[in-house]
Amino acid sequence: MTTAQALRDDALSRITGTSDLDTLESLRVEFLGKQGSISALLKTLGKMSPEERKEQGPLINGARTEVADAITARKEALEAEALDRRLASETLDLTLPAPQAPQGSVHPVSQVMDELAEIFADLGFSVATGPEIEDDWHNFTALNMAETHPARAMHDTFYFPDRDAVTVPASSSEAVGEKRRMLLRTHTSPVQIRSLVEQGAPIRIIAPGRVYRSDSDATHTPMFHQVEGLVIDRDIHLGHLKWTLETFLKAFFERDDIVLRLRPSYFPFTEPSVEVDVGFAMENGRRVLGGSGDDEGHGWMELLGSGMVNRRVIEFAGLDPDEWQGFAWGLGVDRLAMLKYGMDDLRAFFDGDNRWLAHYGFSAFDQPTLSAGVGAKA
Amino acid sequence: MKFSLEWLRYFLETDASVEEIAGALNRIGHEVEGFDDPARKLEGFRVAEVLTAAPHPDADKLQVLSVDTGEGDPLTVVCGAPNARAGMKGVLGLPGAVVPANGMELRKSAIRGVESNGMMCSVRELKLGDEHDGIIELPDDAPVGQSFAEYHDASPVFDVAITPNRPDCMGVYGIARDLAAAGVGTFKPIDVSEIEADGPCPVEIRTDDVEGCPAFYARTVRGISNGASPEWMQRRLIAAGQRPISAVVDITNYLMLAFGRPAHAYDLAKLTGPVVARRAKDGEKIEALNEKAYTLDETMTVIADDSGVHDIAGIMGGEHSSVGDGTTDVLLEIAYFDPERIGVTGRKLGLATDARTRFERGVDPEFLDDGLAILTSLILRICGGEASEVVRAGKPPVEAQVLTFDPALTKRLGGVEIAEDEQRRILEGLDFRVGADWQVTVPPRRHDVEGPADLVEEVVRIYGLDKVESVPLPRRDGVAKPTASPQQQMERMLRRSAAARGLNEAVTWSFLPTGEAEHFGDGGELWVLDNPISEDMKAMRPSLLPGLLGAAKRNADRGSATSRLFEIGRRYFRGKNGASDEKPTLGVVLVGDRTARGWANGKAQGFDAFDAKAEAMALLEAAGAPVGNLMVMDDAGEQFHPGQSATLRLGPKNVLARFGALHPRTLKAFDLDGPVVATEIFLDAIPAKKGGASFARPAYDPPALQAITRDFAFLVPSEVTTGDLVKAVRGADKKAIVDAQVFDVFVGQGVPEGRKSVAVEVTLQPGEKSFTDDEIKAISDKVVANAAKQGAELRG
Repeated sequence: MTTAQALRDDALSRITGTSDLDTLESLRVEFLGKQGSISALLKTLGKMSPEERKEQGPLINGARTEVADAITARKEALEAEALDRRLASETLDLTLPAPQAPQGSVHPVSQVMDELAEIFADLGFSVATGPEIEDDWHNFTALNMAETHPARAMHDTFYFPDRDAVTVPASSSEAVGEKRRMLLRTHTSPVQIRSLVEQGAPIRIIAPGRVYRSDSDATHTPMFHQVEGLVIDRDIHLGHLKWTLETFLKAFFERDDIVLRLRPSYFPFTEPSVEVDVGFAMENGRRVLGGSGDDEGHGWMELLGSGMVNRRVIEFAGLDPDEWQGFAWGLGVDRLAMLKYGMDDLRAFFDGDNRWLAHYGFSAFDQPTLSAGVGAKA
Repeated sequence: MKFSLEWLRYFLETDASVEEIAGALNRIGHEVEGFDDPARKLEGFRVAEVLTAAPHPDADKLQVLSVDTGEGDPLTVVCGAPNARAGMKGVLGLPGAVVPANGMELRKSAIRGVESNGMMCSVRELKLGDEHDGIIELPDDAPVGQSFAEYHDASPVFDVAITPNRPDCMGVYGIARDLAAAGVGTFKPIDVSEIEADGPCPVEIRTDDVEGCPAFYARTVRGISNGASPEWMQRRLIAAGQRPISAVVDITNYLMLAFGRPAHAYDLAKLTGPVVARRAKDGEKIEALNEKAYTLDETMTVIADDSGVHDIAGIMGGEHSSVGDGTTDVLLEIAYFDPERIGVTGRKLGLATDARTRFERGVDPEFLDDGLAILTSLILRICGGEASEVVRAGKPPVEAQVLTFDPALTKRLGGVEIAEDEQRRILEGLDFRVGADWQVTVPPRRHDVEGPADLVEEVVRIYGLDKVESVPLPRRDGVAKPTASPQQQMERMLRRSAAARGLNEAVTWSFLPTGEAEHFGDGGELWVLDNPISEDMKAMRPSLLPGLLGAAKRNADRGSATSRLFEIGRRYFRGKNGASDEKPTLGVVLVGDRTARGWANGKAQGFDAFDAKAEAMALLEAAGAPVGNLMVMDDAGEQFHPGQSATLRLGPKNVLARFGALHPRTLKAFDLDGPVVATEIFLDAIPAKKGGASFARPAYDPPALQAITRDFAFLVPSEVTTGDLVKAVRGADKKAIVDAQVFDVFVGQGVPEGRKSVAVEVTLQPGEKSFTDDEIKAISDKVVANAAKQGAELRG
């Protein structure tokens, strides 16, 4: 065996036996470093005779390449082992909870109001607003409920003291100098008057908002929400009213089988006045709208009051009732929300209970759109 | 209003079933709210005869009866009624029957050791009246074994909601007329017979208040005997929910419920001198029939004699002259009172009666003579006596209204095509007179009919609203435009942004306890209710924060210590000319922990003022406010921690928002433990977006060269805010410096007393060419110089 072969065998066996990079490096220096034994052997080639060099050259160079390759291979293996060890030491318990961003929510009343705006936008209705602290002229008189009208007393009105009464300013087109008592609006109907006075006709609006009645039990709260609807044009009749409400309710509940029943009723601000019932069935102890209330197992539920706007109301709003006519309705927003999304207790709407808001509230990204259906499925 | 089918049939010839009648009532606008069939309640009760009655072996007050039920062997029944005796006929409830008065199901049972197979019933037990002195005694000809429901002929009862515009239907007669017009039978107009009078009325009658009481008719009936009213009348009254009292009282109630016509009977013996309708005197008193005393004023109409007031006109009679068992002579009053006056008086006195309900809605002004004749003939028939002639003071307003009607209006307004002769038939069925030229005379009892639209309602109501077909609203031409106002769009954007940031939207009351409202009033003029539902709901909120704090408190009490709540709604202030100034506002309240205790972060981190600032800035940005130009200033309000709160302003006066930690006193008032921080954004103060007219954005090319950063560490006097320092730094070169961020603030070792160390990273954006070293040095020098003007020196 030549010296080169002996050195190679020694080196390879020791390289295989190394278990750390430092030892490997010292082996590299020992064999292949400037002073290394194989490097030294290489240097002897220069002094050899050509014959001898021809024989020893390949042997010595071969040994050097083999050892160098072995060191590289061993280094990679050791590095891979080291990485595996480090990664093993970095193992996490991924069953631990990840940090969570708090989940917010949109209140059902807001959600339903957005749904209403979306549906009615498609029918050409704008969203109108008006003050919640109203005067009795806009809340009652202009809606054909004179001072002594019995219906006024039926409204359970919250009043502000007499000293808060306003005097109609001279700039007004209304009865200048008249004293008007201030109150919390009992319905959204005064927005009809304000919108007609400001915008004139033709007009199509919905007016959602807070309304107030001095009443409190499981189904009544002193504050609740209504949405008023108003269409005034030249040739609008009860048939349009029926279609509009049908179309709205079908879109809102996403059901084609919504059936309405119109019944004569009385509201001072409409003539004729119409009470609208909607057919429902009982499913799992809950009223679900759809189908005719006359069908087996179905019933009728009173949903809203409406009618053709009374001539006097149109006059009060400063329009000619021989030229303009139309319909109006008033509907409980909270009640719509309860019917659609399955809440039972109105009082919970106004409590701000985190658990209730999380359960019945809506994701910020449940923005109602017509293309996706305005409702947010459970 | 309640009435029995039997009563209805007295005025309406019909074979219609109760279901058909109820359906028709609903269709024509008289909503059936309830329906009660007493026959169903009387199931299991039958006519029975007591064969023998023997004392109970173990109880003094009980008897053991043997009762024949008409089939099988006689039954043994234990009975405690003193009038139970052999040979009498009564009503036996068999096991399984449910006692109407108390809902108890009868069972076979042993009573003191004797088996009882049913119960002999009293009037009260069967809910047929109040009597409970003994068991019902039926006439001898009552057929033993017949079901009692059949024998008693108990009639089904409708409970109908009469809308306030239809006082003419606040009597069975009017409902019968409406039903007949709707094709449910034939109306049976009553025959009013002449009363044979026994001389002139001995009492002088006057109306001195023609406005309040335009007509006052009266007569006396003398020599009556005021016992119980007859059974047929009692049945009808009980079905209508009216307790029988005495014949005369029952007869006046009967007139009211049958014809919607209140009347009054006075005990003639208690009257002295002329009986006059007049205004009450201020402070005049009356003890009314409900045994309460009322103090009257001069706006109220009364009926009085020389001795005082006997009747609050049209509302309630007086106790003194009321008719009782011993009454032998009566004065009957039938009058027409001004509806408005009755309403005002009733509201002032807080007195709601059936008479007031009818008078204030308007009774039939043509029905005074007929009403009085019906009343008199009933009294003569039931109580005997001699009637005087009628004395009439004043005249009721009976002028009939004539409307010009165009039958085409029915289609135009009602949307349904109805043939002219059909319209005419309907109107005539409702007692309107329709001329050949469509001049329509309105019956004076129909106070609700004011114009042609009301006639359309009558026609469509009777024809059937269900026949109105849906007609699509015509689609509007033209370009689609948003139907929500910019304000509404801003609110929507804010709502969804706040929810996306982890806040829960609450809706809280608009009213607050006055104390809370004042605490958050900031000197604004508050609205305070005159008649709140409670003291906790008295003042309109001047801030959204108290409502949200209250909700957070309730959550804390339920064990949910952390609340992240927001609300978008109005704050209410008194505005110019006494009008309401309602300001759209967004409120945020953060209570408890920003991050809960956790395995990764250790201890819980409570909210601090910067959380409130973060919400304020993010939501203002979502609302489109120019957040880069906002100034942080003081004066968040006394509700906030004075050192940990601020306002955000555009210019010195325009406050867009306030935020910060709340004052310990505020927390105490709401019984909340800290930390509690809040933000309130005043949406009406946010300026409209500039340049919002176009969809296209301003042109923009991202810079080709990379921005560079330089760090500066300053020693700054403690009182100088980092905001002012950063502003000074940014001002050093407004073109090159695109950002400056504080990345360290330090006070303590190595920093001299009265100073703080503030480190700022400044970002420089080159334009076309990279900065040269000289340029960078020049900018840096300027930064240091500008900072020096704020008292800052570069740390060595």
